[in-house]
Amino acid sequence: MKVKFWGVRGSIPTPGPSTVKYGGNTTCIEVRTDDNDLIILDAGTGIFPLAMTLFPELPLTCHLFISHTHWDHIQGLPFFIPSFIPGNTLRIHGAYDPIDRRDIREILSGQLQYCYFPVREAELKARLEYVTLKERQTAQAGSATVSNILMNHPVLCFGYRIECNGKAVFFTGDHEQLYNIYAPEDPEHHEYEQYMTQKNQAIVEFIRGVDVLIADTSYTMEDYPAKKGWGHSTYDANIAMARAAGVRQVFFTHHEPTRGDAALEKVFQDAMDRHPRQPGDPEFALAREGLVFEL
Amino acid sequence: MGYSAKKLIRLVDGMPAFPPSVYRILQLTSDINCEPKDLVRVIDHDPVLTLKLLQLVNSPYFGLSRQIGSIRQAVVFVGINTIKNLVLTIAPLEMLSRQGTDNRWMENLLAHAIGVGVIAKHLARRCGISEVEATDYFVAGLLHDIGKMALHRFKPEDYKDVLRLTKKKGVPLLEAEREIFGVDHAQVGAMLGDKWCLPVELVVSMEKHHDWNPNLSLLQDCVYAANLMAKRLRVGSSGNDTPENLPKELEQRFGAKIEELVGTLGDLSGEMNFTQILIHP
Ligand SMILES: [Zn+2]
Ligand SMILES: [Zn+2]
Repeated sequence: MKVKFWGVRGSIPTPGPSTVKYGGNTTCIEVRTDDNDLIILDAGTGIFPLAMTLFPELPLTCHLFISHTHWDHIQGLPFFIPSFIPGNTLRIHGAYDPIDRRDIREILSGQLQYCYFPVREAELKARLEYVTLKERQTAQAGSATVSNILMNHPVLCFGYRIECNGKAVFFTGDHEQLYNIYAPEDPEHHEYEQYMTQKNQAIVEFIRGVDVLIADTSYTMEDYPAKKGWGHSTYDANIAMARAAGVRQVFFTHHEPTRGDAALEKVFQDAMDRHPRQPGDPEFALAREGLVFEL
Repeated sequence: MGYSAKKLIRLVDGMPAFPPSVYRILQLTSDINCEPKDLVRVIDHDPVLTLKLLQLVNSPYFGLSRQIGSIRQAVVFVGINTIKNLVLTIAPLEMLSRQGTDNRWMENLLAHAIGVGVIAKHLARRCGISEVEATDYFVAGLLHDIGKMALHRFKPEDYKDVLRLTKKKGVPLLEAEREIFGVDHAQVGAMLGDKWCLPVELVVSMEKHHDWNPNLSLLQDCVYAANLMAKRLRVGSSGNDTPENLPKELEQRFGAKIEELVGTLGDLSGEMNFTQILIHP
């Protein structure tokens, strides 16, 4: 399998001189199986440059998995050129939204309303198939299987595990480390802690042994207190999660939009210094637009 | 005939209070920085709300891979924000369900109210209203006939007479209500809205849902139109189901005649069922 990053920025695209190295596009990751099946994780603005490389492969079948439908994870979708061209098949997977009571098709076709975008869904020439997933429902994507687990974010958000020929990748989507809403002296603190342990263990077990972990790492320890509850994790929490799950390679992604290249490398180095290498540790790296990793 | 003003005040006073937990939840959640544990505490003290939340979280809409047994577990597994928004959807429905749905007529009326809520929200989306605001349209639709529930609850036998007059003699429902109670359900709804300190726009929407004029707000227009559309679709029953057309101005506002508008609704059954779960414990 092969992983390529097309968008590593969180929340909003950030073009400009200070983000030239790591890139300003929002979340989009290309995964290729050994048979060259195309799996795309999230459809942030990074999906547009990815789409521009696909012309030689047309007609193609593309397996798109949406972690959740916040803008930064879907805003590139209307510009995914293969959906305008007959002969292509686009299978879009994602969760139901129980708050707005809409499935993934209804949410995404809402993006193609006339006031937002000039082309309506009915006018797209490719074959569009929508799969609304339940938690831990497995989907086939060419020669790979993709399963999911619910992460912690202010909307239902799936983390996806992709497996093929004995190799595995896990992408958290957006995820905030769990925290106890009770103070230690509150009587409910202990009960809450137990549920947290349950959930944490479920996530760690789900990720266990993957070759690559791609993790939402928006915040530093210093950022976090002011942003608790916003749905994103820290370097420190992800280092701990990766160690617990015994993964081989970690890519930190969903970089804070206000952090330029130099600042990003600094907070990464600080985190590495805070957690000196231990035997059996994964390799840690910052996700960068254009970076390719072979498993 | 009609009841005296004094009796009417008793009627309104006799209506159940707005459930205090619902009040507290609306208050708490209007502050973006509200403490999650305060919210959980309010839910915790309201067994009906707790039960409904758990039912929903365990429903196929969430598609979770495990059973959730307590509110705190739900908060951990689906996140505090999702729980908060779920409670906000449930809370307004609580007012209706606690009116009691003890017979067929009330069941039908409830289905009608839900239908109007769902359609009003659909119209709001069609007019480009944001998802957050569209919830207000849903609530307004849901509550538009609360006056009927109040009248029925106050004197069930007398309300049967109203229905009989409408059915047998073809007297319009509002006139029949006025003849027997001296007041109609739109007026009673508005009085209740006042008593519950609901937003003025909502109160006016209850008051005017049979009496359209060009100065109403978009929300009030949507509820008015949704009421007529629900009747066309025969979603539940409101007691006066004669099909009516939209006023010309509303046809212009929505860019379609009522038949076409009804055609844009698609399948409402999913959303209707979801809301039914919320109401029936
Ligand atoms: Zn994001
Ligand atoms: Zn997000």
